[in-house]
Amino acid sequence: MSKHNIFYFAREGTVNMFSHGFMSFAAVGITVACLLIMGTFTLVAVNANAMLEDMESQNQMLAFVDKSLSEEEARALQRELLAVENVSAVEFISNVEAAEAFRARYEDDELFQGLPDDNFRHRYAVDLADIGRMSQTKAALEAVAGIGPGNVSAYEDEAAGFITIRNVAGVVCAVLIAVLFIVSVFIIANTIKLTTFDRRDEIAIMKMVGATNGFIRWPFVYEGFLLGLFSAVIGFFLQWGLYEAVARGVASNDTINLITVVPFREMWTYVAAIFAAAGMVIGVGGSLSAIRKFLQV
Amino acid sequence: MIRLIDVVKEYPNGTHALNGLSMEIQDGEFVFMVGPSGSGKSTVIKLLIGEVEPSEGRVMVNGFSLRNISERQIPLLRRTVGVIFQDFRLIEHKSVYDNMVFAMRAVGAGPKEIKKRIPYCLNLVGLENKGRRLPSELSGGEQQRVAIARALLNNPDTIIADEPTGNLDPARSLEIMRLLERINALGTTVLVVTHEKDLVNRFDKRVVMLERGRVISDGKGWYGRKLQ
Repeated sequence: MSKHNIFYFAREGTVNMFSHGFMSFAAVGITVACLLIMGTFTLVAVNANAMLEDMESQNQMLAFVDKSLSEEEARALQRELLAVENVSAVEFISNVEAAEAFRARYEDDELFQGLPDDNFRHRYAVDLADIGRMSQTKAALEAVAGIGPGNVSAYEDEAAGFITIRNVAGVVCAVLIAVLFIVSVFIIANTIKLTTFDRRDEIAIMKMVGATNGFIRWPFVYEGFLLGLFSAVIGFFLQWGLYEAVARGVASNDTINLITVVPFREMWTYVAAIFAAAGMVIGVGGSLSAIRKFLQV
Repeated sequence: MIRLIDVVKEYPNGTHALNGLSMEIQDGEFVFMVGPSGSGKSTVIKLLIGEVEPSEGRVMVNGFSLRNISERQIPLLRRTVGVIFQDFRLIEHKSVYDNMVFAMRAVGAGPKEIKKRIPYCLNLVGLENKGRRLPSELSGGEQQRVAIARALLNNPDTIIADEPTGNLDPARSLEIMRLLERINALGTTVLVVTHEKDLVNRFDKRVVMLERGRVISDGKGWYGRKLQ
């Protein structure tokens, strides 16, 4: 492609966009709306995932040490337990610390206050990298000498519940985003089709004098690219404003302020990149789909 | 050179537009193609510019074989053929000069070539001073001359004019024909599709007459003699 042609395509695409101002405005408006809906769903999914990860991190397993081992021997197991696959951290809790914690939890119940420390075993609080592999990790921990079978407690049902929620949320978001993406491409294709219809005579003349399909297509592709980019920029700032407003609302509300909202500044680069990419793909995809019919002359 | 051999064209709706049509136009010839509505004139034009493919037979235009021509080759074929229509097909919001630039840009011409070629073609059709006018500011005859100039821009081997005088008064029609005759004298093959008997009779040129998708007569002045 020659330098002259690149400038020509850019100029034609820009001029076309402004010469069909209303249609361009409609296309940008619709794309911004779709990007906002997609963006909102995605950010809700990101926040839900962050909350689930936080809950996952609190889902610890307890590995009880054999009663016959002294505290020294029990502490010596730490390195071996850390070496087990999928274990991200371990914390030693002596029988004395466990007893104190138990008594503190049931301080109103006299029956539990007199329990001797010897009734409690040394133990390790074990954090997992992936709670999806909880059963395998439990088995591996039980295989460690000094722990033994049946001495690891794990909340496998709760872990499975978290995983189900995360998977369902992921699928629902993916389906919604895919549907909205297709709807956006369809709408922008129809909008650009209307502007293309306005210029069908120009396209017919270009075809008549021997222009290649590629040459005819480029200004429309550039126009779609620009429309998508404008939509992405506008959509990004609107999304930012909307997100901050919702975050402030959540923080100031007494009933839902337990929900932790991921700060926008932590993810603005991803949001900007995704909006720019989605806007351009929607714009260019819509243009290509719109122009196809008019090239069959 | 244009050559059609036993060409049959059947449209998907079952219409038989051409039924074994054969004809040949040598380089540098000036030919009128005449015939009643539905005789197949428009289909011949569509075939010659690669808009439709023949169902049977062979079509050769300026070295391109149009049976199974690839999509990539069609633009190359069209650059060798300049087409002029009855309704001029100018872009209304562009000036005469910009209409010409648009047509040259469409085939990837650079600025130097454009600056050189457009004044030459406008001069050839006698519109060298009207480059900045919009098509709506010109008469019908002038608009058709712009269309002719545009058809000449890419230096085609052949000019195909589809009812080029259909929207013009007799004086302007004659002007356009004389212009096409002058272009032909410069070496360009010219094929004029028309139904204007009087106009055809004023020129001593080869006339090909079609009826029901076949050539029923082919010769100089034949059309005029047959109908008198």
